[in-house]
Amino acid sequence: MKPQSLGQALLIGLSLVYLAAVYVMTSSVWMGFTINALVIVVVAISWNVTGGFGGLASFGHAAMYGTGAYASAILQVQYGINAWPAFLAGILAGAAMGAFIGALAFRYGLKGSYFALVTLAFAEVLRICASSFSLFGGGSGLQLKLTPGIAQLQIASRPMIYTILLAAVALSLALTALMQRSRFGAYLVAVRENEDAARALGIDTYRIKVQAMALSGALAGLAGALYLQLWLFIDSTIVYGSAISVEALIGPIIGGAGTVWGPLVGTLGLHLLGEGAKHLLSNAPGLNFVLYALVLLGALRFLPQGLMGAAASFGPFRKKEDHDA
Amino acid sequence: MLEVRGLTKSFGGLKAVSDASLDVAEGAIVGLLGPNGAGKTTCFTMIAGFTRADAGSVRFLGQDITGLEPHRICALGMIRTFQIVQPFAGLSVQENIAVGAYLHHHDRRDAMRVARDIGRRLGMGTMLDRPASALTIAGRKRLELARALATGAKLLLLDEVMAGLIPAEVSEIVGIIRQIRDDGHTFLLIEHVMQAVMSLAETAYVLNHGRMIAHGRPRDLVKDQAVIEAYLGHGAAARLQQEAGHA
Repeated sequence: MKPQSLGQALLIGLSLVYLAAVYVMTSSVWMGFTINALVIVVVAISWNVTGGFGGLASFGHAAMYGTGAYASAILQVQYGINAWPAFLAGILAGAAMGAFIGALAFRYGLKGSYFALVTLAFAEVLRICASSFSLFGGGSGLQLKLTPGIAQLQIASRPMIYTILLAAVALSLALTALMQRSRFGAYLVAVRENEDAARALGIDTYRIKVQAMALSGALAGLAGALYLQLWLFIDSTIVYGSAISVEALIGPIIGGAGTVWGPLVGTLGLHLLGEGAKHLLSNAPGLNFVLYALVLLGALRFLPQGLMGAAASFGPFRKKEDHDA
Repeated sequence: MLEVRGLTKSFGGLKAVSDASLDVAEGAIVGLLGPNGAGKTTCFTMIAGFTRADAGSVRFLGQDITGLEPHRICALGMIRTFQIVQPFAGLSVQENIAVGAYLHHHDRRDAMRVARDIGRRLGMGTMLDRPASALTIAGRKRLELARALATGAKLLLLDEVMAGLIPAEVSEIVGIIRQIRDDGHTFLLIEHVMQAVMSLAETAYVLNHGRMIAHGRPRDLVKDQAVIEAYLGHGAAARLQQEAGHA
């Protein structure tokens, strides 16, 4: 968890300073924007568990994110269950979906691009199912009844929402950091580095991979359930769409996959960049994705270890530039 | 300690191993020899659970372990190393060894301490913080051994740990293996480096075309007609004898 160099400390510090500064910024635009970015940060941290530490690059994290959101929404809208247990159920549903996809894919030994494709297929199938079945609200989605107050986890105050999201991010980061220093984390990295050697050393690699998917799914489910409580509305494209899957992996890759802070640094940096570009170059919708693609290409070419990796090996002089890029 | 009976494995029409049997007594160093393609590594992968045998049985410490998953076999105390070394390249030497140590030491501090101790014992004390990818081939072979030891395994199946090493490195690793054996471990080793087998193994098995063709003390085996022919070709034993007669 500790930064390995001045450069990494600077990257992390800049991110934290920005997150703190949002509280005192006069324009509420920044807080709204950062709230949305933080939901994605949680998804990115979730992706990093499997994709970064485990080397199991998923292209369909929307499957777990959406399942978390839908499970919570269905319980609240269709069955009238209180938001708190529904919220917890969303997390569990995300974990279950992750474990299910993992159990199936790893049972048949899928890895690399095959695993990525299968996760993508899962997310798409779920999206189509959700838009067809009335339990999921069909094409019109699910809308929570507006009942402001902590009892139904519907918070009107922006700073309060922001604080809750910061807490969720902190919790996810702490979980990753704990994992990194645990036996489970060491085994997961061993599986990433060399699965045969891991098996020889007594590691039940199948179990480790499924557990990683469950943990990742729980975090993605948490993000999905948070999104629902923020906007009180979801539909199949919003939560099962491929945009979420792409955003889940792009931040960690740019920030540094397999590092604790990488997903936060990468996702925040990317969203700031996208937001800045939107303001500068008029509000062309989807423009941020074009920019993300360019940044991703650049990162893959010049920063294969992501910002955190580059910051570890270069002097502190480079760090600030990297973050701005 | 280890009893292998009638192990058989075919890949398509090719019988890689047929009806191979061997015994390893506790505290012994046993060699498994044979020319390239004889089926030695296939034997290892079956014993360690990496591939399923078509027929035959493996007993370890009196327990039938035929068809068990590798991680279960490792938990029982038998581990294999790889002919082509398989380090966790992105991790440091100590972290590599710790992955093995985690098997019986669930706490990170314990695992890292065990890893450090074993690393030092195998003469890797100065390399503990270096990334495994920075090691020389000799260093990687040593790491492979250290990692296997860290799991607390009693029986180590070493697949050509000396291949590709220069003579000085070979004698170093021979010394290390002896020392580990004296600490109470048992070895079954596949080896091509004859110097090493002769000085290490008390008994050895010779495999050719998937069949066990000889078994005995290494220094008798090198005089065995079937063994010489397996390595040098049909009729070689007779020719050698003739030449010896002339000289």
